[in-house]
Amino acid sequence: MEFVTMLLQTGFGTLFDVAPIVAVLFLFQAAVLRRPVPDPGRIALGFVFVLLGLTLFLVGLEEALFPIGETMAVQLTSAALEDTASSVVRWDDYLIVYAFAAAIGFATTVAEPSLIAVSLKAEEVSGGSIAANGLRIAVAVGVAVGVALGCLRIVTGTPLPWYIIAAYAVVIVQTFRSGRNIVPLAYDSGGVTTSTVTVPVLAALGLGLAASVPGRSPLIDGFGLIAFASVFPIMSVLAYAMAVSAIARLRGSKRE
Amino acid sequence: MRVTALTALWRRLADALRDLAPIILVIAFFQIAVIRQPFPDLAGVALGLVCVVLGLALFVQGLELGLFPLGEAIARAFVHKGSAAALLAFAFCLGFGTTVAEPALVAVGDKAAEVAAEAGAIAGSEEARNTYAFRLRMVVAFSVGVAIVLGVLRILKGWPLHHLIIGGYALVTFMTLFAPDEIIGVAYDSGGVTTSTITVPLVTALGVGLASSIRGRDPMLDGFGLIAFASLTPMIFVLAYGMVM
Repeated sequence: MEFVTMLLQTGFGTLFDVAPIVAVLFLFQAAVLRRPVPDPGRIALGFVFVLLGLTLFLVGLEEALFPIGETMAVQLTSAALEDTASSVVRWDDYLIVYAFAAAIGFATTVAEPSLIAVSLKAEEVSGGSIAANGLRIAVAVGVAVGVALGCLRIVTGTPLPWYIIAAYAVVIVQTFRSGRNIVPLAYDSGGVTTSTVTVPVLAALGLGLAASVPGRSPLIDGFGLIAFASVFPIMSVLAYAMAVSAIARLRGSKRE
Repeated sequence: MRVTALTALWRRLADALRDLAPIILVIAFFQIAVIRQPFPDLAGVALGLVCVVLGLALFVQGLELGLFPLGEAIARAFVHKGSAAALLAFAFCLGFGTTVAEPALVAVGDKAAEVAAEAGAIAGSEEARNTYAFRLRMVVAFSVGVAIVLGVLRILKGWPLHHLIIGGYALVTFMTLFAPDEIIGVAYDSGGVTTSTITVPLVTALGVGLASSIRGRDPMLDGFGLIAFASLTPMIFVLAYGMVM
């Protein structure tokens, strides 16, 4: 029974979130475009699927994944703390936390619905030369590295801008060295990694870590993991594209 | 028709299961190898996972049926109409409207108000915090509206994306030097939370649809990039907000 109420509540919540989008679409369709949308029944069915799917997805996350993710983040950060007798923070006391951050960052990104959407589109537009799954794994690797570094930053207490600005510098260099075609997609993949699945788990991890490391304030130091998870995928996608074209070149030169 | 839809959904289910496998593995590994404590409420978790798999499968099927075709149909209709002003107005409304109600943003706004109160930037009263959080949300929603307008304008004009984005990075770096410390983390994170699960497919389809219906534009080169703007402008606007407040 509790489950059904939750399902209904989340369903209404999703409906409420979608309302502004539907309103904007309808307004422009009726007032400006005034051109019938092809196959409205199919599109309406698609919307119903999206709403139902998102509702089930969110309820499932709320029931299954978020409680475990949050508990584990707290358990792991406090377990790392218990091992240290002194109050001096050493970055290598938290190795298991970095490992968990990387693993959970990778895993949640692979299941991120917005990333699935963008990668499907990219595969379609590129005519299959960019594989949807390859792209998703590249993005997930970027998130994993970024989040692990982000945890290291919280433990060491080094300023966030140093990392992010350094990451920008790397992205800029890569931009000029990779093929023009991949750059817009790579930039987009930074923004799509962090939504429904990843943000709550990362937020819990960041806050848990900042609360348990002596000398860190959850309010000031808990922020920033999302920023890491948005910049590093740009790097990893550009690197993936460079690797794919390098391999293609190698194969091409062998065949000749 | 009905049968193909069913087999498609079946395939989506298998895909969704595969997508979730890493999460299950990671959690199982850390539970068994590191935490070693009795696992709470296994039945509830199993039920939740079934919901997640079903939900993901339905969502992806719905994307292909509804959101992608709709985004592209709208893009074509705007190109057909030929009014850039109407298209840009639509772009702004889409960006603003989808962000203002975004739950992740509401959460970040409240958190940011707490940080600001702690740092002494605003009064600690609940009213002051609520005003701060509300204004921050408006600033971010406005910035996403501007982002989609800029992104669409770029597609229309064919400007190279990396010039604009790198310029934006430079601006963020420059502003970081002058912004108060407590806003920096919030600003950097705000870029990541703005793009919701329904906005992303719609905006991507819009960009690709525009780039494929305008002569001389390449969908791969010009169609992507709208999301990149939506993750960049909030950082700039929130930093500016922190400097002004």
